[in-house]
Amino acid sequence: MSIAWYLAVSAIVFCVGAVGVMTRRNPLVVLLCLELMLNGANLALIAFSRMWGNGDGQILALVVMTVAACEVCIGLGMIVAIYRRHLPIDVDELRELQG
Amino acid sequence: MSSVVFFIAAIGVISGAIGVVMLRDPFYSVLALVAHLLSLAVLFLLLRSEFVAAVQVVVYAGAVMVLYVFVVAYVGGESGSLSERLRGPGPVGSGLRLGGAILGGALLVELLIALLGTGLEAINGQGAGYSGGPHAFGTPAYIGKLLLTRFLLAFEVASFLLLIAAVGAVVLARRRGGLGEEDEADRMTPLDLLRPQGTGTMAEGVGRRP
Repeated sequence: MSIAWYLAVSAIVFCVGAVGVMTRRNPLVVLLCLELMLNGANLALIAFSRMWGNGDGQILALVVMTVAACEVCIGLGMIVAIYRRHLPIDVDELRELQG
Repeated sequence: MSSVVFFIAAIGVISGAIGVVMLRDPFYSVLALVAHLLSLAVLFLLLRSEFVAAVQVVVYAGAVMVLYVFVVAYVGGESGSLSERLRGPGPVGSGLRLGGAILGGALLVELLIALLGTGLEAINGQGAGYSGGPHAFGTPAYIGKLLLTRFLLAFEVASFLLLIAAVGAVVLARRRGGLGEEDEADRMTPLDLLRPQGTGTMAEGVGRRP
C-alpha cells in the first residue's frame, strides 16, 4: 500500500476527533476525542517513519503516547474532582475557573 | 493481501472514531475507542512498527481504557446525556453542532490537500526498503537502542512527566473534607523517629518499656 493511504486515514481520524471535541458536551467524551486526534497524529508519524526508513517517528509516537497517558491521568482526576463537588459534568456549564 | 488487511483495518479505525463521536452513552464511546485502537495497531503492524503496535495494544487499549471504564462507571454517563436530553436539540445547540461539522470538514479538506497534494515523490511510494531480522526496523531491539542512545533525554523527560502526572492525579482526586478533623494521635511527626521506642505509652508508666 502506498504511504498516501495511511496519511489519508490519519487525516480522517484527526478530523473526526476534532469534530467530537467541538461538538460533544461530556468532558469524558471530549477526552476520548482528544485521544482520537493524538492517534491520528501517531499514525501520520509512523507512516512518515516508514517512508524514511528510520525510527525517529516511532520514538516520537511513543512520546506522544506517554503524553496522552499523562493527559488522561490528569483529565480523569479533574473529572472525578468535579463529580465530588457535585458540579454538572458538562463543559458548557463549567465556565468559571473559581475554586 | 496487505491491501485487503489495510482496508479492513482502515474501516475499523474510521468507524471506531465515528462511533466515539456519535454514540450517546460514554460507555459505548469507550468501547468504540477500544475497537479503534485495536484496528490502529493492525495499521501500525502493516507499517512494520511492531513495538509501537504492541505498546498500543498493551498500554493504550489495555491500561488507559481500563482507567476510562472505571471513571465512566464511577461518574456515570447519565448526567451528561441527561442535561443534553433536557436541553434538547435547540436551535443554538444544533447550529453549533453544524458549525463544528463544517469546521471539521474544512479541516479535513485542508489536511488532505496538505498531505497528499504536496507532490513529494516518496509519499506515493511504498516507503524505504525493509529487511527482516532480530534488529530490523521497528523491532523492540531497534527501538530500545534508539531510546537509550540517541533519544535518552526524551526518554528521561517522559519518565519525569509520568511521575508529575501521577502525583498531580493523586492531588486532584484526593478526598477533601467530609470526614471531620483528622485524629491527632495517629499522626506521625519527625520527632517520633528520634525518641526511643515506647516513650509516652502506658507501658512506660508501669515500667515495662519494650
